[in-house]
Amino acid sequence: MQYLVSVIDDKSNPGSTDRRPAISAFNERLIAEGYWVFAGGLASPGTATVIDNRGEQAVFSDGPFVESKEYLAGVWVWEAPDLDVALKLAAEASKVCDRKVEVRPFQ
Amino acid sequence: MSDVEKAITRAHHEEWVRVIAALTRRFGDLDIAEEAAAEAFATAVERWPADGVPPNPGAWLTTTANRKAIDRIRRENKRDDKHKEAQMVYDDDPPEPPGAIDDERLRLIFTCCHPALAMETRVALTLRMVGGLTVPEIARAFLAAESAIRQRITRAKAKIKAARIPYRVPAAEDLPARVTSVLAVLYLTFNEGYLATGPDTDPVRHDLTAEAIRLTRLIRALLPQDGEVAGLLALMLLTEARRTARVSASGELVAFNEQDRGAWDAALIAEGHRLVRERLAAAAAGVAPGRYQILAAINAVHTSARDVRDTDWSQVLALYDQLVRLDPSPIIALNRAIAVAELDGPQVALAIVDRLAEALAGYHAYHATRADLLRRLGQSQQSRAAYDRAIELAGNTGETAYLTRRRDQLQ
Repeated sequence: MQYLVSVIDDKSNPGSTDRRPAISAFNERLIAEGYWVFAGGLASPGTATVIDNRGEQAVFSDGPFVESKEYLAGVWVWEAPDLDVALKLAAEASKVCDRKVEVRPFQ
Repeated sequence: MSDVEKAITRAHHEEWVRVIAALTRRFGDLDIAEEAAAEAFATAVERWPADGVPPNPGAWLTTTANRKAIDRIRRENKRDDKHKEAQMVYDDDPPEPPGAIDDERLRLIFTCCHPALAMETRVALTLRMVGGLTVPEIARAFLAAESAIRQRITRAKAKIKAARIPYRVPAAEDLPARVTSVLAVLYLTFNEGYLATGPDTDPVRHDLTAEAIRLTRLIRALLPQDGEVAGLLALMLLTEARRTARVSASGELVAFNEQDRGAWDAALIAEGHRLVRERLAAAAAGVAPGRYQILAAINAVHTSARDVRDTDWSQVLALYDQLVRLDPSPIIALNRAIAVAELDGPQVALAIVDRLAEALAGYHAYHATRADLLRRLGQSQQSRAAYDRAIELAGNTGETAYLTRRRDQLQ
């Protein structure tokens, strides 16, 4: 079972910025224990471009699709046998990156 | 009620959770289990009056439900082969040795009380799946709309399946955190049994109180050192001990201070007192008691008194003061006011109760307590109005009868 783990940051109360070494160590462990599928940190929401090509021609607009105080700062994809395993890892992940995380199963 | 109807009701009380648990274990899907169990009981209602009650109703129901579940899976597989994978059993734990906690109900309850579900959802799901209550009964217990409860349960089942919430008892190191949620749900289940709702429901649903006690005992076997588990079990036992004295021959609820104390169950009281003493010793050693332990201690004070005049009300009030610090909810404040009335008189208690008006306007016990205090103060007219409101809101048949009599006795 695969889970998307979204790291949520808060503009008004950002998490600490010195987490990279801890995150790397945590990723090493995820790989060693067979949970790791993918991980990536994202540039700020302001760098996003929204594309809508449902009409006659593609329309590009500057900025994220939704403006909010909280935003997606990075993602993991994990392979885990069930939600209990994913939640346990997610609790560690939240500590490690000093941010809230959301766990959501893939279909 | 005919004999067949009685047999169906009894089978529902005794077999519902077993059928659900067996099907969940086999098919790994609560939705399939619930639907198939409901269909099997509906088939029993249809068939038993004509065919007679089968010699082993539980086995008949499980077999019928299994068949219904397989029918549904076949139907869905024809529509969409991808369902096959989703419906595979995902409990791959090795079979547990005999004597271990192998109770299917325990698995079921830990799944229904999973922390990834909202608290209200856990209670609704447990009452439906483990307690076998219908959606309208749960809606009444929560003072909520049936559609809201139905939606909550449907969403929960979908989440359990999609997010793969496991069907098993958590590992030892995760148990203490997981058990808090289970205790809250069991307490609510017990309370629903002890003051059952529904116009056609017995005032006390022994099946629910017994089930809550049974499950709490299982949890205690799992965590013998946990103070709150012991506290909740003691609280349930000391409450259950008064069950038979609590309803009169005519089905009316008997107020606590009017109960025949000789009819209380001495064995349950002794067991409850033993647990409370165990927790008092722990508290003396510096372990702060939680809310169930304090509530159990309050009940121990009540059940230690030979009659109501004998009750150590200052001890009761001291315990309530401790409880209020832990849980400043208006319902605790309301119960504390009843002890205040015994110590400082109904006038002082009424002032406290009146301050809770906004928070508890929809709660029958608030109006019943007010009605009683006003009656003691000789304010008949206001008391009558409060009784009227309490009767309107009370969902328990025995309580409605009791409140009606008290109201009609007013001068």
